[in-house]
Amino acid sequence: MSDKKNNWPLWEVFIRSRQGLGHKHVGSLHAADAEMAIGNARDVYTRRQEGVSIWVIPSDAITASAPEDSEALYDPANDKIYRHPTFYVLPDEVNHM
Amino acid sequence: MNNSQLKSALLRLGDDALILGQRLAEWCGHAPALEEDIALTNISLDLIGQTQSYLSLAGSLFEDGVKTDDELTFLRTDREFQNLLLVEQPNGNFGDTIVRQFLFDKFALLRAEHLAQQTFNSEAAAIAAKAVKEIRYHADHSSKWVIRLGDGTTESHDRVQKSLDDLWKFTGEMFISDEIDRAGVESGFLPNLDDLKKKWDEEIDNVLGEATLTRPEDCFMQTGGRTGIHTEQLSFMLAEMQVLPRTYPGTSW
Repeated sequence: MSDKKNNWPLWEVFIRSRQGLGHKHVGSLHAADAEMAIGNARDVYTRRQEGVSIWVIPSDAITASAPEDSEALYDPANDKIYRHPTFYVLPDEVNHM
Repeated sequence: MNNSQLKSALLRLGDDALILGQRLAEWCGHAPALEEDIALTNISLDLIGQTQSYLSLAGSLFEDGVKTDDELTFLRTDREFQNLLLVEQPNGNFGDTIVRQFLFDKFALLRAEHLAQQTFNSEAAAIAAKAVKEIRYHADHSSKWVIRLGDGTTESHDRVQKSLDDLWKFTGEMFISDEIDRAGVESGFLPNLDDLKKKWDEEIDNVLGEATLTRPEDCFMQTGGRTGIHTEQLSFMLAEMQVLPRTYPGTSW
């Protein structure tokens, strides 16, 4: 897959499923440029009415956290339950919290 | 425009979409990239959807009893199909498929835009209004590929130019008016094909210019599809498409 000469670059695809929601990562695909990536994303990822908006980002533009750092990054949050808004009662009308 | 003429006009619309849709479906699992495989088969499914609508409407106009879209699809012989010769041409290489699609999409879009506006038959207008959105995407997809291949490498340019040269002889048929077309224009149902050709020429030239491709000289144009005189390609296609319902009449999944 790393054969750059014969493969189109890889793109990460983000779809907004409904107005008011955020774009969510749905997968990746190959395309020669951004315009083609949008077209391909439309064909591959929105065939079943999954979306109303598409973002594409070159995969090599993404910087990811390293798995070996996960203790330092995430464990300190474990004992801080006061950061969760579990002490409030949300009205029924409030969605997506 | 009488009922029989309306029926023929609808069969032509349905058959163009059916035969091209079936051709594109042959790419399923064979396209150059997974993404393009899905793009071509999506377009195929759009066209088969249009087929179902147009042929169902046409089927309601037969004097000897209503025919379903399936009956019209699977139980007619080649001489009864009225599609353009262009859409039955084999897929060839990817460039051939794209050029065939591009030449047809630009024509189909102009035709569907007229059909969506006309008030002679409101059911056909509703079908066309939905189809316009689909064909707009098809035309965008095929135009971008023509530009990409034409203005790409020397090899892609030469190959897609050859596709264009090879298929050009099938473009004249789109704009020939016969009795049905003239009756259709008179009643407002069908677009005037001379006017349509001017717009088509302009749009084709714009894309070809951007693609650095040369528009072929107008040569002898192949015709006959509208009256059921087809190239041999259609018979092979129909044999494959119709074998199951003809072998097992009335079968279902």
